[in-house]
Amino acid sequence: MIDSLNKLIELANNLKHEPKTDITIFVSMGTCGLAAGATPILESLKNQVEIQNLQEVFTIVETGCMGLCHSEPCIEVVENNTGNTMVYGKLKPEHAEFIIARKAAKKIAGVQTVEKTWYYPDCEDRGDKLQARIVLKNSGRINPENINEYIINDGYKALGKVLTEMDPQGVIEEVTKSGIRGRGGGGFPSGKKWAFAAAQKSDEKYMICNADEGDPGAFMDRAVLEGDPHAVLEAMAIAGYAVGANNGVIYIRAEYPLAIKRLEIAIAQAEKMGLLGKNLFGTNFSFNITLKLGAGAFVCGEETALIHSIEGMRGEPTLKPPFPAVSGLWKKPTIVNNVETYANIPAIIRNGADWFTQIGTDKSPGTKVFALAGKVKDVGLVEVPMGTSLRDIIFGLGKGICDDKQFKAVQTGGPSGGCLTADKLDTPIDYDSLLALGSMMGSGGMIVMDEDDCMVNIAKFFLDFTLDESCGKCTPCRIGNKRLHEILTDICDGKGDENSLSKLRDLSEAIKDTAICGLGQTSPNPILSTLANFEQEYIDHIEKGKCKAGTCTNLISFEINDACVGCTLCARNCPVNCISGERKGMHFIDQEACIKCGQCYSACKFHAIDRN
Amino acid sequence: MINLTINNTTVTVEENATIIQAAAKIGIKIPTLCHMAVDCISQESKSASCRICVVEVEGRRNLASSCSTPVSEGMVVKTNSIRAINARRTVLDLLLSDHPADCLTCEKNGKCQLQDLAADFGLHNLRYTGEQSKYELDLANKSIVRDLDKCVMCRRCETACNDIQTVGVLSGVGRGFNAVVAPASMKPLDQTECTFCGQCVVACPVGALTCQTAKYPVWRALNDSSKTVIVQTAPAVRVAIGEEFGMEPGSVATGKLVSGLRMLGFDKVFDTDFAADLTIMEETTEFIDRVKKNENLPILTSCCPGWVKFFEHQFPELIYMPSTAKSPQQMFGAIAKSYYAEKIGVEPKDIIVVSVMPCLAKKYEADREEFSNDGVPDVDIVISTRELADMFKEAGIVFDKLNDSDFDHPLGESTGAGVIFGSSGGVLEAALRTGADWLTGEDVKEIDFKAVRGLAGIKEATVNVAGLDIKAAITSGLGNARTLLEKIQKGEARYHIVEIMACPGGCLNGGGQPYSCHDSSILEKRMNAIYQEDSNKVIRKSHQNPDIIKLYDEYLEKPGSHKAHKLLHTKYTARKAFK
Repeated sequence: MIDSLNKLIELANNLKHEPKTDITIFVSMGTCGLAAGATPILESLKNQVEIQNLQEVFTIVETGCMGLCHSEPCIEVVENNTGNTMVYGKLKPEHAEFIIARKAAKKIAGVQTVEKTWYYPDCEDRGDKLQARIVLKNSGRINPENINEYIINDGYKALGKVLTEMDPQGVIEEVTKSGIRGRGGGGFPSGKKWAFAAAQKSDEKYMICNADEGDPGAFMDRAVLEGDPHAVLEAMAIAGYAVGANNGVIYIRAEYPLAIKRLEIAIAQAEKMGLLGKNLFGTNFSFNITLKLGAGAFVCGEETALIHSIEGMRGEPTLKPPFPAVSGLWKKPTIVNNVETYANIPAIIRNGADWFTQIGTDKSPGTKVFALAGKVKDVGLVEVPMGTSLRDIIFGLGKGICDDKQFKAVQTGGPSGGCLTADKLDTPIDYDSLLALGSMMGSGGMIVMDEDDCMVNIAKFFLDFTLDESCGKCTPCRIGNKRLHEILTDICDGKGDENSLSKLRDLSEAIKDTAICGLGQTSPNPILSTLANFEQEYIDHIEKGKCKAGTCTNLISFEINDACVGCTLCARNCPVNCISGERKGMHFIDQEACIKCGQCYSACKFHAIDRN
Repeated sequence: MINLTINNTTVTVEENATIIQAAAKIGIKIPTLCHMAVDCISQESKSASCRICVVEVEGRRNLASSCSTPVSEGMVVKTNSIRAINARRTVLDLLLSDHPADCLTCEKNGKCQLQDLAADFGLHNLRYTGEQSKYELDLANKSIVRDLDKCVMCRRCETACNDIQTVGVLSGVGRGFNAVVAPASMKPLDQTECTFCGQCVVACPVGALTCQTAKYPVWRALNDSSKTVIVQTAPAVRVAIGEEFGMEPGSVATGKLVSGLRMLGFDKVFDTDFAADLTIMEETTEFIDRVKKNENLPILTSCCPGWVKFFEHQFPELIYMPSTAKSPQQMFGAIAKSYYAEKIGVEPKDIIVVSVMPCLAKKYEADREEFSNDGVPDVDIVISTRELADMFKEAGIVFDKLNDSDFDHPLGESTGAGVIFGSSGGVLEAALRTGADWLTGEDVKEIDFKAVRGLAGIKEATVNVAGLDIKAAITSGLGNARTLLEKIQKGEARYHIVEIMACPGGCLNGGGQPYSCHDSSILEKRMNAIYQEDSNKVIRKSHQNPDIIKLYDEYLEKPGSHKAHKLLHTKYTARKAFK
């Protein structure tokens, strides 16, 4: 039982001084790593250690996500004596033999290495690194199912510090001073929110962790929960102490089974060590955390809807005020913070607000994790200081556009955000600059689009999502988004008319102005922003019946031109057998039967197929 | 107090007031659809979901729904800015774009708040059109029709079902465009714990929830020369039906009602009040018996079929508590097809009993298995006050111009005690009037038990009768009933007798009454009319009704007799919760 800060520090020291093997191998075993085949890699690494009889040399640790989706499955090899490290990616089980035989963090012929583009601001200098990892610091470097590994890395020290050395007011002041803003999207100052709840007199208050991550393409919260669950638990207890809450609920979507499992293990281990539960660190402060599984509704990320869902009611937003900080879960003062926000808190407490404010911009201190996805070469999670430019993220960390095509736009803020065009690439991004550009931070999804993306279709894609995820409570979101979607579908099908654009604009503005919650109020943003930046594409669809990007299948056709040499490749690739022609003779596409999938177009090596 | 400016006019309102309330104070009616204030029981439905009532508030990023946004000091509101008006028109346009345009044939034609809004807004062309929601009609029960194609997701029925009645059958189902209000798993109402109280129908602003009509079967019966068609009208009908013809709420239209029914072609026009007197005879006998034995107390009244179904589902363990006396409607049917049938020498199967009720649950009640003999139901057809008004209109009967006439005998004779059944507290007062006489053996003169009257949700009174302090409670609205029963169960409250009515305020606010839009002043006028009718009666105690006395002399022997039990009493079924 840890019943004092000294005991915790002592334990951490003891653990640090335990003898280590020469080399530790961290295997990235987040959901994405597992999906990419991390398990066979782990097995063959273990096998090779045995075969080569090197048990004394290697320790193999299963970790959470390293953020390197582009190179999964991947591992990091660390030489414990020198501190040298090397990340290997796109591994195959047969690579294990060489990695183990090499017995060092060095390049190996035939095995791909991955550049580490990040530093750890609490213990390293930045150098030329673009990423700064605070939230993702432990993810990929510890075994999330072993509380000791968290404790070695200063885990629960912040909690011990606030309980034994600070009063609740002091904690709120420190968090307020750090300037950290809600990482779930809104960017509301967390300290202010806590102060709001702390000021409420109530026999009971609640801390909720919003782990209902649902933006298409965003998965940083999952990575944190899978890779470093204790950071969230510790932060919730700190926040609980600050606002006077003794109970925490993590509202997590049931689609995150691995995160749920690791949270359950983490809670049980923390309780067993006395780091959660009664009289923490020998004080009279007690804090318990339970999990509540969400059934997979995006709208339950909205805090009032989330609270209703925990209460067993339909996950639907209600009007604010009253704000949850005044009347939330079971009508008690409640704070809802997002996973990433919490994950920052222990570091802020340990290193101080002044340390935190040195990172990022004046109005948005700290870092932000982005899920870089879409047509970018290196997709994955990146954690960068606020104020980093889009260019650094997309062309620096993401290494530019796939197949070196033309960058067209990047969508931030998921379905609630907007698209930013090439002329905005050098904007230092934070909450306010994104809002000023007509987009938003959102939870940090970043979807990169290239010349092959039709922006009308992109707007429709995001609306597809909001249409599915709207709770249907208020008229503008329930029916308005349906009508927007119908208009967009018409445009994509070549059935738009001269009124389509004015209808889209007017209806979008009305929905923004009248919907109850954030989901509805922001749902037209992808339309408004694509209209603002790519109006001509809409007009081309409507007036000329053309989709330049070639994705709106009702507006395109494929035809074979004179360059055809009769190689038959197109016909063999056609999934519906609608291409006919003799070998070495000109081929033809049956336009009636063609499903416009574009397989022939991609397959042809002679530029003999035109897309019109 | 809070000062704010609405449309350049300063207004001072209480704290916690909403913009819509402040606006009403200076004569501005902000249009709304989902907002419903049930002021007589201080319940409000403010899901703020329709977004029709949006207004512009200075300094605010988006528009505010005035039904749910609290006022604040110095607030500057514009209800009619072009931004607010355009937004409202768009929202209404959207609602109409997903609503069947079958107004001419809709049950709610002329009484639909969406139709009113469209007219008020002068919305003649829809800008937005597209796919419309399609659902199966729920016609499976006798009381309520659910046409979800017309649901506007205002959630008012949910407030009625869940918050006011605590029945909990209706809730939002589905997401996005497919969201609609329905029972869990989209089950039909007859497979749920629905009490058929009809308060959801009262709440529905459109034609999504309406009454299952039986007008045509009545027309057919009236034109069947092989049948003797008799009608009974419930006490609350006479004080409300006039509203359908432009008469002042609270007009007592008993005489016109009788004339009108006769003109429709009923062979005999009788009064449920007669059966109410009969109910008092049986129920009071049972009550006095239980008090004397001091067992199975409190006795709960059992006139209200919505309430009966409610306790069968929700409080099956209290099944011994309600009086076994049938409701007046069913007593009337039973007597009509036995005593009266014999009297006029007609086979019960050749008599058709039509009820005119303020209630939709009465349709369900008449259909309950135990209220039939050899396949002949005691009550054949039940129509609501609204349906009868429709029939008068269809028949060209100008109701408000009719002359008065009297009920037929013998089942038309009634007392003041019978008529007050229509208001919350009436059954109990009627029982007390008879109980007082029976217990004292005197003709007690003080018979206005005013403590039990009024529209309050839960009323308590202690009445001294013959040296005995009778503790009584009266509750209306099933949510109130639940509160009271839970107290009784926990032993926190002890009573001798409890009157329970499903609808807030009693039958005068039943699901079959002319739509009052929860205007408590209308309900109050109906209530006053009922007590007016009572005080106008020469005989005001059930046991003094000469035709009731004759009925016992000639046929039933005495209250509680074997024959009375066979005809006038029933038993209840403990019903499981539907899962």
